[in-house]
Amino acid sequence: MNFSELKKNLKKDFKGFRTLKSALLGDSATQFLAQAIRGAGYRQQLDINVYEADYNQTDRLILDPGSELYEFQPDVSLIFEAGHKLLQKFNKTEVAARSGFAEEQIHRIRQLVATLQERSKTKVVFFNYAEEDDGVFGNFASKVTSSFLYQVRKLNYLLTEYAVENRNFYIGDMSSIQNQLGHERVFSPAIYTTSDMVLSIDAIPVVAESIVGMIAAFQGKQKKCLILDLDNTVWGGVIGDDGLENIQIGGLGIGKAFTEFQHWVKKLRQRGIIVCVCSKNTESIAKEPFEKHPDMVLRLEDIAVFVANWKNKADNIRLIQQFLNIGFDSMVFLDDNPVERDIVRQNVPDITVPELPGDPAEYLEYLYTLNLFETVSYSVEDAKRTEQYQNESRRMSAQASFINESDFLKSLAMLSSVQPFDSFCTPRVAQLSQRSNQFNLRTVRYSEEDIHRISNSSSHYPFCFTLEDKYGDNGTVCAVILKEQQPQELFIENWFMSCRVLKREMEHFVLNTIVSHAKNTGYNTIVGEYLPTAKNALVKDHYSTLGFREEGNFWRLDVAEYQPKECHIRAKLSRKE
Amino acid sequence: MERSEVIEKFNVLFEEVIDEGPVSLTGETTAADVDGWDSLTQIQLIVAIEKAFDVKFTSEEIVSWKNVAEMIDCFLTKKRTAE
Repeated sequence: MNFSELKKNLKKDFKGFRTLKSALLGDSATQFLAQAIRGAGYRQQLDINVYEADYNQTDRLILDPGSELYEFQPDVSLIFEAGHKLLQKFNKTEVAARSGFAEEQIHRIRQLVATLQERSKTKVVFFNYAEEDDGVFGNFASKVTSSFLYQVRKLNYLLTEYAVENRNFYIGDMSSIQNQLGHERVFSPAIYTTSDMVLSIDAIPVVAESIVGMIAAFQGKQKKCLILDLDNTVWGGVIGDDGLENIQIGGLGIGKAFTEFQHWVKKLRQRGIIVCVCSKNTESIAKEPFEKHPDMVLRLEDIAVFVANWKNKADNIRLIQQFLNIGFDSMVFLDDNPVERDIVRQNVPDITVPELPGDPAEYLEYLYTLNLFETVSYSVEDAKRTEQYQNESRRMSAQASFINESDFLKSLAMLSSVQPFDSFCTPRVAQLSQRSNQFNLRTVRYSEEDIHRISNSSSHYPFCFTLEDKYGDNGTVCAVILKEQQPQELFIENWFMSCRVLKREMEHFVLNTIVSHAKNTGYNTIVGEYLPTAKNALVKDHYSTLGFREEGNFWRLDVAEYQPKECHIRAKLSRKE
Repeated sequence: MERSEVIEKFNVLFEEVIDEGPVSLTGETTAADVDGWDSLTQIQLIVAIEKAFDVKFTSEEIVSWKNVAEMIDCFLTKKRTAE
């Protein structure tokens, strides 16, 4: 989208969208960026209320505890300092002090961010610096610690270091955007000189979309699944016609393009994106390259769901969606054939279908620019996700052989370990809280920082649950946060669970655990609440099914009268014991 | 390109960029005469003209214009020297 289109979005109706507040603090003219952020939010169905700070007020707004910034109470604070302005600061620095420039800057940034985080719950996004090469030392700049290029690169590195250690501090990657667009397209000297804008009209939408991508990810709007067509998407040629030896992959023909594409998909799979296949092919023929071709990077074990038949792709994608039990809006479909893309777009609302370029050599460069897989968390468990879905598929075929549900559950030999939140599970719990939309009773989203705070709070009792069975380990799948609200009462501040473990009696196991905890710590009532959203109708009757009594908008359970629920999950001794 | 033709074409661009209803430019029109034409829209207008007619204004030119007439003079001089 270009800037005018984003600006036109401002006049549209944002009613019903999720609202949130974002502060934009900058050292250049940022009015257009502020408008573009709100405009780009429209496409993601986010009603972003942008507070635009006066020019060059970042330090004052953060350091003054009574400032408009704190009054505004932003959910996300965007600090946008320009590479070009950094250069002006550098120019005014004494030659002797230039070698310490980056250190001095990061010190200032750390102090500002720490102050802001101390006084506000806001997430902080700081933009790294678009590199400016002042050309003073030429290529020799890298050997001179007092050159600007040396210092700006060092500062960008120091920012990433800070981001790794500070949970609620994120980097907006301006430097990457400039690499992608080129300096000439990002920075327009005449406009900068006359208006003090450091972003060109062409660059503003790209930066805005990138910011909104992050904000959407903070809200749990993330892509979880990549569905691939095969012929001319994953390899060159048509496997059914050309045969195993003649498809283009590796050294053959334009195989290099497909090999590199497959490496990208594999990295996404390793990051935790669920990769599926949806192809018009005979299944055995479609699987052959994955099993036998020496140059294939993707193997069957990388594919969570493999659908190859001659049916309509839209129907097949619905099938995949039902199996994975995730929203269509979290799925991306890649197909070289424009007709198939259109059919899917028209019949599967909300799915993302990129308009792949005609030349496979361009696939990757194009896909990089879309920034499809924005995320705000990463945990080691992510890498196992595909394996977990494959196990689920084995479980489902086993289930079919049992007539009795209870016999099936017994046969799974399920174990769950119950833990308070610790540093080990924090990233996963945060992620689960961001991603769980259906089984989420109050849809409170927790950042890692929130979880950290809860685990240190004396009035909160947090629990996370893992689930494993004879087919494999699902890792952490559920979390419950209890809060003392009356001396004798525990309120379920939130209960969220991965839909992967529905119908496994996990709810029973969790409730048994909570009640026994309440009993042991002297509480006599547990209070639950269901806050409806567009996506969580699944748990509408959660508390009534579990035997809670309705009282106003709340659900109450008497601890003394509670009979433990039947359940085939056994408690596993915790990691610590 | 004739002056009147330029005014006509600019008028279309201005309406599109400002997006606040019809605009009727004359030589004497200044930013103050058009709703929604502020210093920021001015930048959008300049970029839109540059793109539409493949010209490039210098920063000195941009700050010197007092009304549409001066902008058009500048534009026409550029176009003529290019031809």
